[in-house]
Amino acid sequence: MTAQATQGTASQRLTIARSMATAIAGEMRADERVVVMGEDIAALGGVFGNCQGLLDEFGAERVRDTPISETAFIGAAVGMASVGLRPIVELMFVDFFGVCMDAIYNLAAKNCYFSGGQTPIPMVLMTSVGGGYGDAGQHSQCLYGTFAHLPGMKVVVPSDAYDAKGLLVAAIRDPNPVVFMYHKALQGMGWLGTEKGTVVDVPDDSYTVDLGKAAIKRPGSDVSLVGFGRTLHVALAAADALAMEGVSAEVIDLRSLVPLDKETLLGSVQKTGRMVVIDDDYLSFGVSGELIATVCDGAFSSLRAAPARIAHPDVPIPFSPSLERPLLPNVEQVVAAARQQMETR
Amino acid sequence: MAIEKDVHHWMLRKMLLSRRFEEAIKAAYMEGKSPRFNMADGPIPGEMHLSNGQEPCAVGVCAHLTDHDVVTATHRPHHIAIAKGVDLKGMAAEIFGKTTGLSGGRGGHMHLFDQAVNFSCSGIIGEGMGPAVGAALGRRLAGDEGIAVSFIGEGAANQGAFHESLNLAAVWNVGVVFVIEDNAWGISVSKRSSTAVASNAERAVAYGMPGVRVEGNDPEAIYSAAGEAVERARSGGGPSLLELSTVRLEGHFMGDAEQYRPREEMDGLSQNDPIPRYSESLAERGLLSAEDQENMEREAQDAVDEAMAYARESALPEVHEAYQCVFA
Repeated sequence: MTAQATQGTASQRLTIARSMATAIAGEMRADERVVVMGEDIAALGGVFGNCQGLLDEFGAERVRDTPISETAFIGAAVGMASVGLRPIVELMFVDFFGVCMDAIYNLAAKNCYFSGGQTPIPMVLMTSVGGGYGDAGQHSQCLYGTFAHLPGMKVVVPSDAYDAKGLLVAAIRDPNPVVFMYHKALQGMGWLGTEKGTVVDVPDDSYTVDLGKAAIKRPGSDVSLVGFGRTLHVALAAADALAMEGVSAEVIDLRSLVPLDKETLLGSVQKTGRMVVIDDDYLSFGVSGELIATVCDGAFSSLRAAPARIAHPDVPIPFSPSLERPLLPNVEQVVAAARQQMETR
Repeated sequence: MAIEKDVHHWMLRKMLLSRRFEEAIKAAYMEGKSPRFNMADGPIPGEMHLSNGQEPCAVGVCAHLTDHDVVTATHRPHHIAIAKGVDLKGMAAEIFGKTTGLSGGRGGHMHLFDQAVNFSCSGIIGEGMGPAVGAALGRRLAGDEGIAVSFIGEGAANQGAFHESLNLAAVWNVGVVFVIEDNAWGISVSKRSSTAVASNAERAVAYGMPGVRVEGNDPEAIYSAAGEAVERARSGGGPSLLELSTVRLEGHFMGDAEQYRPREEMDGLSQNDPIPRYSESLAERGLLSAEDQENMEREAQDAVDEAMAYARESALPEVHEAYQCVFA
């Protein structure tokens, strides 16, 4: 079902946390092969609320709290997917990948390939990302580039509750491992604060948002601002500020990093000739560099200025608010970068 | 447990098939690698971990399994694959990196997958344990009697994956059997110098499951111990741990000079081959006639010859095939 086809059905304003829970519940009702597991996802409903109500409706066989044993339970998800289940597994903070990456990138991501396609691994790895709330660098990273770099996994990053549900339903139905990276600053947990623009109308019925399809959130003609997850909201605010100065910014929400919607990205830059990428992952060797390389490969002749990037500097995310906050990509940086782009013709 | 004659014959037949297969692979592996040994040369490049000597572990366990049961194996997988019923021609072709291989040459000898018999193996120590727990849970959720068996080496018992997986299997009470093939060596490091307990079976206590160590590299003793563990798994009794004492007749990989291995151990290896010991024992007890043995030998050699010919005659993959199967 496409987004268009759901128009006119009943909907509710939901946080991303709620929309993720409704996405999972809908798929669990429709397909008994879908199971969910992870730390604190059953009785607690997930530290970040994405599994609220699932235990009550589906019971402890299909909604499983796990021991704090990521290597074993993510490995187990691979085994479950190999025998026909559709596991959704939660890595509570993406920063915890260090204790279990083998199961992710050597098994989940490679079994389809090493089996010559005999053993696809239809699983979803949900994981929270992002900082800005003083949790320091073992609980605040994004690590988008780390996961997107490794072949064999799709990687999606929702920026609002509508996309979160549609992308998660698509991820559950996808025959491949999909890493679903949800940003804590967008999640809608009262105790974390939340970005207002993330709480939007979400249709009650299931629908999908295609993996690998970016969205043009705001059309413009002078400069392309490219964000995803939290940085999409930075880009939108920057576009508002730039409009006051007479600069027409086009805002793109990537939604998926793998597959990457190069067509939408290149189409936008071919139109505007300028690009600012905003990424709250580390600056070097990551998504921002990849997007710039993509544009240099595919739209070089259209460029009117060197593409710019705003990302987290290459230092571990610090604790103190007076250290952490200034390092996160912000609207002022984006506006300044766009202004500089406009100085070149 | 009294073992039926046809089970004895099945086990011996599979052991012979595995041995003849590895002899053929060993010879093919050395082609193009002399006078200078370069792992990248010859029809079979890469590391080659042979399992000669460890066949009793594979047959004693797999004799209890159906195609529907799931097995995850190690970087030393051939004997287990053969006992589980993996297609021998496809396996040989995969080891040669041919397009007709189980995975079209993408995986090679450490990454053998045969979904038809629910077999897989992988190259990282202890890596198959979590997947076996999940597969066993999957079978239970599907409401069938299928179980999972995870083969590992004794070195894997010092990995975090081992301890996490045993705990998870016990907490979930799934039908999985963890089988440690203890060949006493993790490449060049002895079990004695790397492992805090003499018997890894003792570690089962920490996870509230039965742990049994089987001495002697004897297919009959392994068959009996595995039978109990498999029955427990199948009947909802939960996981078990077996440690099977075995012997690595070869080096860690082909080309390993094994200078770390004591002289007396090396000298004794030829006396320590489980296959003649088993066949002689069966013959002495009247369970194996000369004709039986002759037939088994011929069948094994014929199957290996056919598989090796298939592998050699098959085409190498085209480069574009490298880009396929990354995603389903």
